[in-house]
Amino acid sequence: MKLQRSSRLALYSVLELASRPDEQLSASDIAAKFNISLNHLAKVLRDLGRARLVEAVRGAGGGYRFCGNIRRTTLKDVVEIFEPITLHDAGGFEPGDSTEFGASLAVVLGEIDDIALATLDSITLETMLKLTRRIQKQAVTS
Amino acid sequence: MTKPANNDEKSAITVRDALTDDLARIIALDSQISGIDKPEYWRESLRRFGSRQEERHFLVAEKDHHIVGFIVGEIRAWEFGTPPGGWVFSLTVDPDTRLGGVATIMFNTICQRFRQAGIKKVHTMIDRDNITVMAFFRSQGMMAGSTIPLEMNLSDFATEPGDIS
Repeated sequence: MKLQRSSRLALYSVLELASRPDEQLSASDIAAKFNISLNHLAKVLRDLGRARLVEAVRGAGGGYRFCGNIRRTTLKDVVEIFEPITLHDAGGFEPGDSTEFGASLAVVLGEIDDIALATLDSITLETMLKLTRRIQKQAVTS
Repeated sequence: MTKPANNDEKSAITVRDALTDDLARIIALDSQISGIDKPEYWRESLRRFGSRQEERHFLVAEKDHHIVGFIVGEIRAWEFGTPPGGWVFSLTVDPDTRLGGVATIMFNTICQRFRQAGIKKVHTMIDRDNITVMAFFRSQGMMAGSTIPLEMNLSDFATEPGDIS
C-alpha cells in the first residue's frame, strides 16, 4: 500500500507534534526534519487545522501544536482527510469492471481494502508513538 | 468522555484465576457485551480453563470485589504450523470501567503467565469490524501475524469446495 504524499506529510506532522505535546513547532522545523517542501507542508497543516487536529499558536515562540486526542485519533482519521481509503473503486468505473472477471477482481480487491481499512482504523497515534519508541529501542540494542 | 485511568485507579484492580462461583457474572458480562446468552459455552470454558493449569488460563479482574472483566487463553503447540505460543481467545471488560486499565492489567497478567511457561509469542484473532478490541491489542504492541484466517460459506458450494462448475 502506498499513501499519497499529503497523507504521509500529515502523518509525520501529527506524530511529530503529538510526540512533543509541550512544544510548538514551526512549519519550517517540521519541513526540515522530514526534508519536505515547506509550501506543500503549509497546505497540509492548514487541512489538519480545519480537521481540528493541529492548531497554530501565534506570536513570538509560536508555531503548531497537536490539539486532538492521541488515544482516539487513528491513522485512518488522518489519511481520510487527504485521500479516499477504499482504493480499488476510488477512481470510479474502469473498463472491464462490468465483465465476469471484473466482478471477481472487485471481490479480491475489496478483501485487500477491508484489511487495509481495519489496520488503519485500529492504530491510534498513541500506538504509533509506542511503536516508534519500540523500533528505536530495538535499533539501539541491535 | 471517560478519562483514562491513573495509577491509583489501576492499582485498585486485581486479577485472579476464575472460580466456579464467578460463572454467573461471566455469563452476564459476556451477554451484556455480545447480546447473546451463552451459559453452556461459558460453563464449559470455565470447566476446561478455570482450574489453574500451566497451559490454560481463565482470569477475572476485580475492582471493589466486583468482577469487571475476564480474559481466557492457553498455550497451543503447532497451532496452524506455528511453534508453541500463547493464544488469547476471549477478552471482555465491563463497559462502565473501560479506559480504566482493566484490559491492560489482564493482558499483562496472562502474558506473564505465558512467559513463565517459556512462551515467546502471544497470538489472538479478532473480527476486523471489532475496531475497539483490535485497537486495544495494537496499543499493547500486537501486530498482524504471519497467518491469515480464511473461511467460506459451505452453502455457497452445492457439491465440493473448489468445484465451480
